[in-house]
Amino acid sequence: MTLVRMTLSTLAIAAVSATAAQARDQIQIAGSSTVLPYATIVAEIFGENFGFPTPVVEGGGSGAGRKKMCEGVGENTTDIANSSSRIGQSDIDLCASNGVNEIMEVRIGYDGIVFASDVNGPEFAFTPTDWFNAIGAQVLKDGVLVANPNKTWADVNPALPAQALLAFVPGTKHGTREVFDIKVIEAGCKASGAEAAFLAANGGDAKAASASCMMLRTDGVSVDIDGDYTETLARLDANKNAIGVFGLSFYQNNTDKLRVATMGDIVPSTETIANGTYPVSRPLYFYVKTAHLDVIPGLQEFIEFFVSDDMAGPDGPLADYGLVSDPELAQTQANVAGRQAMGPLN
Amino acid sequence: MTPVQSPRRSLLTVDARTRRRNAAETRFRAYGIIAVSLAMLALAVLLYSVFSNGISAFRQTFIVMDITLDSAALDPTGQRDPAAMAKVTTIGYGKQIEAALVHALEAKGISSAEISAKDVSALISKESPAQLRNIVLANPALLGSTIHFRGYANARIDGYFKGRVSMESAVRDSNISPAQLQLADKMRATGLMEVGFNWGFLTGPDASELRPEAAGLGVAILGSLYMMLIVLVLALPIGVAASIYLEEFAPQNRWTDLIEVNIANLAAVPSIVFGILGLALFINFAGLPQSAPVVGALVLTLITLPRIIIPARASLKSVPPSIRDAALAVGASKMQTVLHHVLPLAMPGILTGLIIGLAQALGETAPLLLIGMVAFVRDFPAAPPEGFFDPASALPVQVYNWTQRADPAFAERASGAIIVLLVFLLVINSVAIVLRRRFERRW
Repeated sequence: MTLVRMTLSTLAIAAVSATAAQARDQIQIAGSSTVLPYATIVAEIFGENFGFPTPVVEGGGSGAGRKKMCEGVGENTTDIANSSSRIGQSDIDLCASNGVNEIMEVRIGYDGIVFASDVNGPEFAFTPTDWFNAIGAQVLKDGVLVANPNKTWADVNPALPAQALLAFVPGTKHGTREVFDIKVIEAGCKASGAEAAFLAANGGDAKAASASCMMLRTDGVSVDIDGDYTETLARLDANKNAIGVFGLSFYQNNTDKLRVATMGDIVPSTETIANGTYPVSRPLYFYVKTAHLDVIPGLQEFIEFFVSDDMAGPDGPLADYGLVSDPELAQTQANVAGRQAMGPLN
Repeated sequence: MTPVQSPRRSLLTVDARTRRRNAAETRFRAYGIIAVSLAMLALAVLLYSVFSNGISAFRQTFIVMDITLDSAALDPTGQRDPAAMAKVTTIGYGKQIEAALVHALEAKGISSAEISAKDVSALISKESPAQLRNIVLANPALLGSTIHFRGYANARIDGYFKGRVSMESAVRDSNISPAQLQLADKMRATGLMEVGFNWGFLTGPDASELRPEAAGLGVAILGSLYMMLIVLVLALPIGVAASIYLEEFAPQNRWTDLIEVNIANLAAVPSIVFGILGLALFINFAGLPQSAPVVGALVLTLITLPRIIIPARASLKSVPPSIRDAALAVGASKMQTVLHHVLPLAMPGILTGLIIGLAQALGETAPLLLIGMVAFVRDFPAAPPEGFFDPASALPVQVYNWTQRADPAFAERASGAIIVLLVFLLVINSVAIVLRRRFERRW
């Protein structure tokens, strides 16, 4: 009997304190696993210095984070969605249908995507055309579209080492894959002249031609990695011949294991990405529900701190970790301070 | 009808058929030995890889030095007012530590001329300014005095002393240079650096990617403890009550058969399904907070209940009917029979089932993913019961989180966290075995 009584009283206490604990006092963030390390770095320093609780940061992917933010307004929904790609109209509509009418878009900087191989392997100097000819499903050979016959990098481009083709590319659920598709595969498709051939084959249908460009080989040369960069690194370790696709910050933390390749003769670095010469980069964002700004303590302070020069500036800790500082950071700071909600997508 | 003639032969000579039967038995034994050794081998490989990677997480490199706390820099107003002093950020404290390190190097006669000031300060963990700030804010009277400070060294330096980083890899590593490693060697020789047991790994909170040396399991252990506590309090009475009713009181009909089948099925449902249920029921409908141990515990209770009910029913069933008959024969009511005679005899089996159910719940990650517990949580939850509603992490979640981080130091910590988890499971399972040994009665 005492056991039952104890259980009941514990439950009663829990129920009472549940109502007391309803008011959430810490910021909730979810979204892109690329932005996650940056958000945790800022959250940590914020928690140390500002007298507010340290924000809770979840991963889960850009799309999942935006959906979670768009679930509605209220304390049991997240405040900030991290995103490695820009929000789409479908998410804005979803937000609006759940009563989230105003969101603030904050661009925190840029992230480079690099191509790297085992540190003891040969050097590679790629162009987008090389990548398209290496892993595109159909490529142009002597002016005719054929199923990709290339077996080594030297087949693709005689200037490259005669190493068997094997590429670990991010899976389709990753934001990184989108950038890889557009900035590398599609660009290579265009530059190699294959796009024109696809256009001719499809009777001028640009959409079909672009879809044909994005088709990758399915004979095991191009391997989709659905996990994160640590998985790509582990696969690369087991397969020294492979080339992997990584984020710049991941590469910078593992320079003793990876050898980075140039793209269009440009070495990826924070400088070449900031000045735009390295072609494969993308902006990183977070989205804030403006309705929560005055409800969750410290939210306004947190987002201002995130984009401050001390954090996101070229000498801040985020840049140390591999974020490419946004040259227009001052504009972003002004927008955040003025609580400028985002307008319609252009 | 002629009788079957069996060949006359001595029992002592082994004929072909007996030889075949004996050979079959030998083969069968060999298969058994092979199966057992394969299992042992798999266990050995697993333990070896976990321990060889993870045992170093319990040791850490520290920088030990004296710091003179400059009251002009750390308390500009001079009022010793904690609110005003809190305005000095960790950047200000970082400068104090850097100056103290340069001073300590000079005092020990170590020249750092060939290394830039930035590279020297990179030897210190970025966690140290926060540590120092907390010390000063907790005790403002320390300002102006010289204190003995023990802070973490940078993770790459730590990796160097543990063999993860070498001079060759440092040449290629953009985060550390051989010159810094040589300086670290000198500092260790003069006592400015030391390697010691890392209590912070067990008590500290998680840390971001810039300071893997400071990452600890404190929040995760506390979160797991809170969850196990609630699971125990909820699952024990509900599970035992359900199994007693089903086993002793419920009539045998189609409904109880249906319930029985459902319980058996629920025990086999993948745990992620319970996570989806938890998200819909406890967070979206009941409005409980995200990332809170109470929600995790409710979900884990749902997962654990069938895993408790099934062994509890089995152990109630194994109590001989003669016990019940004897109690009823001397005039005990049905309830007295069950509570006074059957339940005490079944208790060891019920408790074993409960403890193994708890151990399984301790290792669950998937259902926690959906209710927001797979997150970066740095603040410790408050004391219960309010703490049940504060964000927290859990042990398996911390392993999962750390394996995804870029810095190699986190791989070591993930294995270290697995060791801690294994130790917890070992303790729980030993308790189950001890309980069974001490209280079990054989008939």
